[in-house]
Amino acid sequence: MSAPKFKNPIVRWIDYRLPVFTFMQHELHEYPTPKNLNYWWNFGSLAGIVLVIMITTGIVLAMHYTPHTAFAFDSIERIMRDVNYGWLIRYVHMNGGSAFFIVVYIHIFRGMYFGSYKSPRELLWILGVVILICMMATAFLGYVLPWGQMSFWGATVITSLFSAIPVIGDWIVTLLWGGFSIDNPTLNRFFSLHYLMPFVLVGVIVLHIVALHQHGSSNPIGIDTKGPQDQLPFHPYYTVKDLFGLGVFLVLFFFFVFFAPNFFGEPDNYIEANPLQTPPHIVPEWYFLPFYAILRAFTADAFIYWPISWLMSAKLAGVLAMFGSIMVLFVLPWLDWSPVRSARYRPLYKQFFWLLFIDCFVLGWVGANAPEGHFVIIGQVATAYYFGHFIVILPLLSLFEKTRPVPTSISEPVLGGGGVTAGATAKPREKA
Amino acid sequence: MGHRLIRNIATAGSVFLLGAFVLSYAAQASGDKTPPPPSRNWSFTGLFGTFDHGALQRGFQVYNEVCAGCHSLRLVAYRNLMDIGFTEDQVKKIAAEMEVQDGPNDEGEMFDRPARASDRFVKPFPNENAARAANNGAFPPDLSLIVKARKDGANYLHALMTGYKDPPADKPLPEGMAYNLYFPGSQIAMPAPLSEDGVEYTDKTKATVAQMARDVTTFLAWAAEPELEARKRLGAKVMLFLLVLTGLLYAVKRKIWADVH
Repeated sequence: MSAPKFKNPIVRWIDYRLPVFTFMQHELHEYPTPKNLNYWWNFGSLAGIVLVIMITTGIVLAMHYTPHTAFAFDSIERIMRDVNYGWLIRYVHMNGGSAFFIVVYIHIFRGMYFGSYKSPRELLWILGVVILICMMATAFLGYVLPWGQMSFWGATVITSLFSAIPVIGDWIVTLLWGGFSIDNPTLNRFFSLHYLMPFVLVGVIVLHIVALHQHGSSNPIGIDTKGPQDQLPFHPYYTVKDLFGLGVFLVLFFFFVFFAPNFFGEPDNYIEANPLQTPPHIVPEWYFLPFYAILRAFTADAFIYWPISWLMSAKLAGVLAMFGSIMVLFVLPWLDWSPVRSARYRPLYKQFFWLLFIDCFVLGWVGANAPEGHFVIIGQVATAYYFGHFIVILPLLSLFEKTRPVPTSISEPVLGGGGVTAGATAKPREKA
Repeated sequence: MGHRLIRNIATAGSVFLLGAFVLSYAAQASGDKTPPPPSRNWSFTGLFGTFDHGALQRGFQVYNEVCAGCHSLRLVAYRNLMDIGFTEDQVKKIAAEMEVQDGPNDEGEMFDRPARASDRFVKPFPNENAARAANNGAFPPDLSLIVKARKDGANYLHALMTGYKDPPADKPLPEGMAYNLYFPGSQIAMPAPLSEDGVEYTDKTKATVAQMARDVTTFLAWAAEPELEARKRLGAKVMLFLLVLTGLLYAVKRKIWADVH
């Protein structure tokens, strides 16, 4: 790889000593990308941009916020009322959290549908799961900072979960709280960690991108690129496509910011935290609802708890299941070892993918409601199905599914596979 | 054969899950006992909604003469009243009717002085205990954010203030409680706050209960979201800009990709 020639002498001088311009030329300009990526491939760069929005607005908010139980709630209202455009910065940050999860969840489901986690991209996928976990921690910590009723009681429910861990559980809870109840030390450390986590996130994202650029993006057909005829330079093709996607995203995002800023929020969080008054329904933010449903599915009389009831308490089982529901994603590349990546050529996997998709919504719906009546059994079945998808269905599909013939090349997908049937089933590349 | 079987199982599964979805929705709809407040037309809802300034000023009068006896409005400052059409002199006069503690002065003494425009609304009680002592053990909540802090806040407030009824014969009320269907549990410590001609409007509007409820709800909606009008105005401009920009980006994208397709 010879260094590209730059016309500007200053750029040339710098690049000779510190090859940042060569680096950008390779990774953002020439970076060969499959030519058939559809719009589902927009959400990675979109998530990166949302993170930048979150960090910028967050830094400004931190200039006006007071992490003290007596002042936190009022300092946010001061931002809303007296800081110039404080309401805008705060609403962008608030809705940015929800937008971040929407974008990232789509990004994850895209990876699942098109088998993006398969060899040689297992580590890329695992780093993605680490990013998801960091995001969840950041969002949870951040939601506590306004010190509203849901902040306080959500933090109470979630931190108390750790007490289910045998032997060291209570010690962990005391460490999280910085005392023996949720109080000022808790708020202080949560603020500190909420400011720290996004930069950890940036670090993991850099690794995620390094891993991505090693083998390049996967694509909707799920076969490797065979050469330049299958590829396009990232710039200008995908820079402009990503920018257009960003435009569409911003239209939707700012619609919520300006016209329905509290759509994703809970009214209760506009009531200042009161340790003496428990709200009738404690619900987490919408993006945690499926996990909340899994947590609550493990009751003492639940059929999914029965097989492990000799081993641990129902509470611990719920906590382990909740964390397990994300941990299982780490081993996804080895639970599904079908050689075909894209669901387009996996007729059964495609159906089970959509079942899992619906299952996640059912779990979210159950998580949003009080655990009574139908919700209890529906939550338990949906939880069982969630784990069943990964632990039972995917390995079985890997063994027994008869996949469709895969095209031989991205450039000529219709001619690939051999035979008339293959030509009929293999779709031409997405019109971008 | 095996494939068809698995596919049928998959289809059955999705039907089950969708059914569960619908069932859980129905379960939620029937489980709630407090009726949802009736929807009303508010000038400030919708994409281009703004506050009705007449209603805001009348609403302030209702708050000041009726609600302020028990409910604080601690996040709003008197100077903010200039945003709803009061002049600086009027605001100074309104503020000066209240006393606030200031100090210490040069002698180190705390002293009382009339409130200024820059002060926040003076609270009716110095602390929660005093409020409870004066209100039969109940704590009247601060109203600064009440419209945002309740589900469907504006409709809820209006329904609450106009929703007082005699309790059903089989549900006797404890001493000092009132019956209100829209309050969760339908027992509320606040007696019906509004009565016909409870205030004498300076603009000669007839002070019916419905009118006062409407006006004070509008005022409290403003108190909760004083930025609402500025937000929607800026929003319209931003949306317009983004739509044009996105359209242009789409054209550029088409142009650049033309040689690939």
